[in-house]
Amino acid sequence: MYDFTPLIDSITTYLNGKFSPLWAGVISMLLLGIVILLFYAVIGLYLVYAERKICARMQNRIGPNRVGPMGLFQTIADLIKLLLKELIYIRNADGFLFNIAPFIVIVASIMAIGSIPFAKGLQAIDLNIGVLYILAISSMGVIGILIAGWGSNSKYSVIGAMRSGAQIISYELSVGLALLCIIIYAGSMQLSEIIESQKDGWWIFKGHIPALIAFVIYLIAGTAETNRGPFDLAEAESELTAGFHTEYSGIKFAFFFLAEYMNMFIIASIATTLFLGGWLPFHLFNWDGFNKVMDFIPPVFWFFGKTAFVIYLMMWFKWTFPRLRIDQLLTLEWKYLLPINLMNLVLIAFLTLMQWHF
Amino acid sequence: MTREELTAFVTEQVPEMKTGPCKEFPELIVPADKIHALANTLKEHPATKMDYLFCLTAVDRKDGLHVVYHLTSSVHGHSAMLRVILPEKANAVVSTVSYVWKAAEFYEREVFDLFGIRFENHPDLRRIFLDDDWVGFPLRKDYKDTFTLER
Amino acid sequence: MEETLVDIDLKEKEEYIINIGPQHPSTHGVLRLETCLQGEKVKYIIPHCGYIHRGIEKMSEKLTYPQLLHLTDRMDYLSAHMNNEAVALCVEKAMEVEVSDRVKYIRTILAELSRIASHQLWWAAFGMDLGALTTFFYGMRDREKILDIFEETTGSRLIQSFITPGGLMNDVHPKFQKRVKEFIQYFRKKLPEYDELLTGNVIFRERTQGIGVLSKEVAIDYGVTGPSGRGSGFHCDIRKIAPYSAYPLVKFNEITYTEGDTYHRYLVRMNEMWESLSIIEQLVDNVPQGDIMLTLKAIKAPKGDYYQRVETARGELGVYIVSDGGPSPARIKYRSPNFSNLFVLNKISAGHKIADLVAISGSLDLVIPDIDR
Repeated sequence: MYDFTPLIDSITTYLNGKFSPLWAGVISMLLLGIVILLFYAVIGLYLVYAERKICARMQNRIGPNRVGPMGLFQTIADLIKLLLKELIYIRNADGFLFNIAPFIVIVASIMAIGSIPFAKGLQAIDLNIGVLYILAISSMGVIGILIAGWGSNSKYSVIGAMRSGAQIISYELSVGLALLCIIIYAGSMQLSEIIESQKDGWWIFKGHIPALIAFVIYLIAGTAETNRGPFDLAEAESELTAGFHTEYSGIKFAFFFLAEYMNMFIIASIATTLFLGGWLPFHLFNWDGFNKVMDFIPPVFWFFGKTAFVIYLMMWFKWTFPRLRIDQLLTLEWKYLLPINLMNLVLIAFLTLMQWHF
Repeated sequence: MTREELTAFVTEQVPEMKTGPCKEFPELIVPADKIHALANTLKEHPATKMDYLFCLTAVDRKDGLHVVYHLTSSVHGHSAMLRVILPEKANAVVSTVSYVWKAAEFYEREVFDLFGIRFENHPDLRRIFLDDDWVGFPLRKDYKDTFTLER
Repeated sequence: MEETLVDIDLKEKEEYIINIGPQHPSTHGVLRLETCLQGEKVKYIIPHCGYIHRGIEKMSEKLTYPQLLHLTDRMDYLSAHMNNEAVALCVEKAMEVEVSDRVKYIRTILAELSRIASHQLWWAAFGMDLGALTTFFYGMRDREKILDIFEETTGSRLIQSFITPGGLMNDVHPKFQKRVKEFIQYFRKKLPEYDELLTGNVIFRERTQGIGVLSKEVAIDYGVTGPSGRGSGFHCDIRKIAPYSAYPLVKFNEITYTEGDTYHRYLVRMNEMWESLSIIEQLVDNVPQGDIMLTLKAIKAPKGDYYQRVETARGELGVYIVSDGGPSPARIKYRSPNFSNLFVLNKISAGHKIADLVAISGSLDLVIPDIDR
């Protein structure tokens, strides 16, 4: 299989050879930062494009197809438009909070991207508490949303921010518990080790029923975390204009918008890493011939393919289902998902103890 | 109830009632001070049970402002048309029937807005379509407004 | 006696007033709902209408009957044929003339097509308000087929002025029958898809069952007719109570439920679409030949008062003409269904959350120009 570790090692050795350790460290961090930001921007742009095309097909229309071949440059045109818009400053709004909120949201989401393994060795930082780190960092996004609602000095925004805050905090529990299920199976929180433990089969197959339950719960809770899909009450257009980001315009709005899509990407990539085997190819039993063909496809493609599949699922049910009301949303979490999750967890712990998984 | 029975019933309640020429519904012309009591009776009495007021409007005629009520019964199926003639156009007042049929509360607001007929004891008599500071009552025949009306 | 709505001082703490509308994505038209909320709960709603009051009744006093017909389309524009039919029938009743059978059949077919188109748009917008954005496109895609039929026959999609006192403006297009039959085949396959998408969905049911319960007594008291009234058990279908045009000749069911919540008002409209398809099927093959327009010397209603009730897609439309014998009415009054349906909103949404308000007002299916005329 392809391995990026030698490449990364060679760059590090080169830098260490040329500069002092301090400068080598700084330069490598700068390089990493640029790569991640570029990656973030490009993926964000094309996720927006993908959503527009997918939702258009489901709605019996075509979607953007004028700007560039097949409309590929549509999002770039939108980005330029947003950059050129006037930044509206609100009187009586708390200026500092109003301005800092989009940055908090974006920073939280970029930091989470840093720890996702895209291929063997292609991971910005491989913490031994990887999953915990990602959960903790994505929780910082809530602060951004609450600050945005408060700082806008508008009734609609505050209502939207409160709803959103309550929703995200509740569903974080379910996300955490669902991920905990796989951590128990794999025995480690380090993302690369979790992937290593799936060499003989993805957890969603090895862990059979409890892992499937955990996957479904994770998908539901993950969409609720990102304020998407049937859980987008906070920004429901037909009820309270646009919720917590009503008063933002121009690039600040673009930050919220982008952060939402990238959060969706992060949720999907965590699902891929923990449940679907990360960058590992799809091996069927011991069929060597088949496995060799699967191995031929580079792991980066496997990773993005699986993530794209999960993202497609999330988009599919956003455009099909009506919205849940806030009390129904919270009921779903506290009365249904949480008990199921806890029971599932106990079951998995039991199964792992008895080695009754594959 | 048939047309004759209904006319007879109402004549019992309001002896000063006159009948009108309408062919479709029994047209009963009652004096303004008797309308509330009659409305109550028509709604509550088990033989008439006219619980559905489907139209309340006013007409500006030469002999005054007429307030016209169209009623029907969802139970028995018979209908009637009541008419109240208010000869003083400048000071047209009649008792409200909004405590009998809730729908009347809004129909009467529209009549007040467009004709200027005041309804006594109405819970919330104010204009409904036009601005609160509008002067005049547009649907009256003597309404003059060269700014908003074209011909 | 109920508490009145004049006193809008905030009585308790934590109450605040927001305005939904006049420009808002989910009030279908220009309507301002002054909503008093306590947290998420609605305490009361004061609707302010009149933003689109055009004085249709006053204008009609200077126009002749064929002229004022063109203003009636613009009231409830989604049931334009039925509005025209109401005025045409009232004038014909006044003049005591009867149109030919061909005209009656065609009027009923056009009215029922209009009813289906109106319900399709209602379904599209209702789903969209609740968050299922795809329903908008499905409903509109199918409605385009009806609008194409209208455009081919009458020349215009939404506002036709085709049914006039004395008959129809013109004869129908030669391919009318074929197109209507094709549409019926097509739509019979599509309606079950609507059910799959929305009616059976758990989220949808959670958001509509038990919400905005309107009891039968309150419906009759407020004069709520149409599918909103029938969802509460009020048998108010004018096509059954006082049939007109070709309705005495067809067999169809009046759909009523007793529960009176949003879900059942929704079901009434969905089932009405099936019934309308069956009515059109019964009529479209048997349209008799005949005259399209009566030869009348002049369209003048004799002196007197005339009232005609018609069932539009939203309820009972009443046309009350007071005539002095001339070519124009001395007074014409339109008893509009949406005017009565609007004011029950305060009564049925008190105590619900703001998200439910959107569902309730969507299920009442209000078209604002009809309220204001």
